[in-house]
Amino acid sequence: MTTDLENINYIDEPKETLSMNPKKFLLWLFIVSIMMMFAAFTSAYLVRKAEGNWLEFKLPVLFWYSSAVLLISSISMHIAYLAAKKDNINTLRIAISITFVLGLVFLVMQLFGWKELVAVNVYFVGNPSGSFVYVFSGLHGLHLISGLVVLCFAFVSAFRLKIHAKALNQIQICATYWHFLDILWLYLFFFLIYNN
Amino acid sequence: MATAELHAHDAHAHAHDEHEHHELGFIQKYVFSEDHKTIAKQYLITGIIWAFFGGGLSILFRLQLGFPDMNLEWLRPLLGGWIDESGKLDKEFYLALVTMHGTIMVFFVLTAGLSGTFSNYLIPLQIGARDMASGFINMLSFWFFALASVIMFSSLFIETGPASGGWVIYPPLSALPQAMPGSGLGMTLWLTSMAFFIVSQLMGGINYICTIINLRTRGMSFTKLPLTIWSFFFTAILGLLSFPVLLSAALLLIFDRSFGTSFYLSEIYIQGEALPNMGGSPILYQHLFWFLGHPEVYIVLLPALGITSEIIATNARKPIFGYRAMIGSMMGITLLAFIVWAHHMFITGMNPFLGSVFMFLTLIIAVPSAVKAFNYITTLWKGNIIFTPAMLFSIGLVSLFISGGLTGIILGNSALDINLHDTYFVVAHFHLVMGAASFFGLMAGVYHWFPKMFGKTMNRTMGYIHFWCTFVGVYCVFFPMHYIGIAGFPRRYYSFTALANDAQNSFTDLNMFISIAAILTFSSQLLFALNFFYSIFKGKRATQNPWNSNTLEWTAPIELGHGNWEGEIPAVYRWPYDYSKPGSASDFIPQNVPFSATPESNLPEENEEIAKEKEIEGLLETQNGVYNH
Repeated sequence: MTTDLENINYIDEPKETLSMNPKKFLLWLFIVSIMMMFAAFTSAYLVRKAEGNWLEFKLPVLFWYSSAVLLISSISMHIAYLAAKKDNINTLRIAISITFVLGLVFLVMQLFGWKELVAVNVYFVGNPSGSFVYVFSGLHGLHLISGLVVLCFAFVSAFRLKIHAKALNQIQICATYWHFLDILWLYLFFFLIYNN
Repeated sequence: MATAELHAHDAHAHAHDEHEHHELGFIQKYVFSEDHKTIAKQYLITGIIWAFFGGGLSILFRLQLGFPDMNLEWLRPLLGGWIDESGKLDKEFYLALVTMHGTIMVFFVLTAGLSGTFSNYLIPLQIGARDMASGFINMLSFWFFALASVIMFSSLFIETGPASGGWVIYPPLSALPQAMPGSGLGMTLWLTSMAFFIVSQLMGGINYICTIINLRTRGMSFTKLPLTIWSFFFTAILGLLSFPVLLSAALLLIFDRSFGTSFYLSEIYIQGEALPNMGGSPILYQHLFWFLGHPEVYIVLLPALGITSEIIATNARKPIFGYRAMIGSMMGITLLAFIVWAHHMFITGMNPFLGSVFMFLTLIIAVPSAVKAFNYITTLWKGNIIFTPAMLFSIGLVSLFISGGLTGIILGNSALDINLHDTYFVVAHFHLVMGAASFFGLMAGVYHWFPKMFGKTMNRTMGYIHFWCTFVGVYCVFFPMHYIGIAGFPRRYYSFTALANDAQNSFTDLNMFISIAAILTFSSQLLFALNFFYSIFKGKRATQNPWNSNTLEWTAPIELGHGNWEGEIPAVYRWPYDYSKPGSASDFIPQNVPFSATPESNLPEENEEIAKEKEIEGLLETQNGVYNH
């Protein structure tokens, strides 16, 4: 019975009302809500900046390097996805691990970026222009930790051979979320550079 | 996990008989349930309990407003130290009462209790789905709400009292713990509770949207969706886009309160002492808050409007007038909801030009609202109306929506708002159009879907008494309030001593009248509670389709199991409003009846639809695939 039903999925039928995998759709909706949250923060930043009394300072140089690290992690994430698609399980495991480590490196670099801020006397408590930088990077960091958790699950699945060319949902969800976190940081970073 | 069990139903009972008899334990069945029907009932019952608390708080401050000289010593066993030595309500506690009344009613009753109940209950049943897209997230959504409820409830019992800065918690009042007793621990608990509440609503919302888009049964195109589902869909979108913004606002407030940042605080002296905070902006908070706050009004109202559409069409035995116009107007309301927030801030010193832009956008809301009101009335027009309690509450909603909406046009004017802002006129306006109207929608929904939810019927006579007491009572409470507002009484004031022309004396009687009406209206809700809980256990058994309704949930068995339909989910061939169709022998044709079965009543274009029915049938296997994957 079960095998019959599994085969049914590959029959070409008109798929009108039932097209997208609900889990993937849930992820996209979740991403929308995160986007709204950061849209609110960046709008608050602009509104507040327009009122004057705004401290100007240089963003940590380290943020450039951490952004590069995050970009590279996105590439390795994509390599993992491609490997899964080709049933190349070894590459998949290595690429996921690299992504995970790069994610950790990014977080540590962000922390050192904060140290750079402290060195130029920009603290979390003080003029909102500085506080906002901490809020942006801190909350993005929190979301990135959730991304690492998702990666962990994918990593375990990869070792249990649950991710392969015919079971791509999990790695797709993981990759989408990771790329989103990458783009989110780039948005926040360039927003700060442009509006600092 | 849920999908594995659903599979048993899908693949026909004969293959997996042992699954059919697999009973879940008590905890999985009633407590940590992933079944949308149980979760809906959990939301409903929590909502009803909250409604009694929220309403009870309003009775306490109505006593103070209506009878300022009354000795409240008899309440000491209940309120303890909140009754001061002279036997009066404590002034700080009065502020806490109005704050908690607003918070509880807006968020815990009319958001979670209304949309949580009916979105959860009706979405899978009316679109023909086995359950929500993710039963687990749905369960989490309820339990986050429960956690938020517990935290908010516990804040009522702490020594410094619950949050007292108004339900909008404007800084700096809410940002400085030393500003007032309620801004201390009470405010912290408020913020914690609301953070969990937002998470709960987001998890619920993404589930609703995802389910409506992805899990509709075969043939259920968007233009065949009942208006209830449309309204839940727009509600969920509103929540998805606006609740994260409230979370942002709350987070920045938490940073200001607990870590000493200055997002909202600037150059403040408190108790003769200068605070270190520099460069914040309290108006920034208002922008962020009202970007949620205004859509929240429609999050509360839209589900009630959707429920009303369904009930009015069913009980007027007529197709809903202007189905697409109804969808269009809800879409219009959804869009406009996001671009009118600043009408709550006309008097914050905003640029008058900006004010007139927001005024213009605000007044445009009258257009889709009027479309809805006219469509309800034209649906009722010459209908074969059956006055069930649900129908009465729906018609009551239309009445309240109109009389409350009219004053919205007055308040939306930035010039008139200078006079009326934060007076009882505003209180009367939003209680009628949003509070009472949504509450009526909630009640209509409970009376209408009770037979489906519990397999029992509620007592009709008690329903009628409940309706008339509530309907007359609500008007008696809120209609006079307009006059009090125009006379200049500001809201949230403990007592009135020095209004112009001695207004405080000339309105004493009216305030007393309002308070008595409020107490009677509130008491009559006990009748509902009695009817509700008694009927769950001892009510008469319901029939499968007691209101002769067209939507899919009435094709499901009376005793609903997990997975909703035994065997296959019915397919959908027609829209849900084929009531009293010319040529048809019965005055309703359910959505799952194909056009090929009703040649006598088909319109020419519907005969063409018959050719497509084969195609809809062909989708069965694809649909089963969704539940097995």
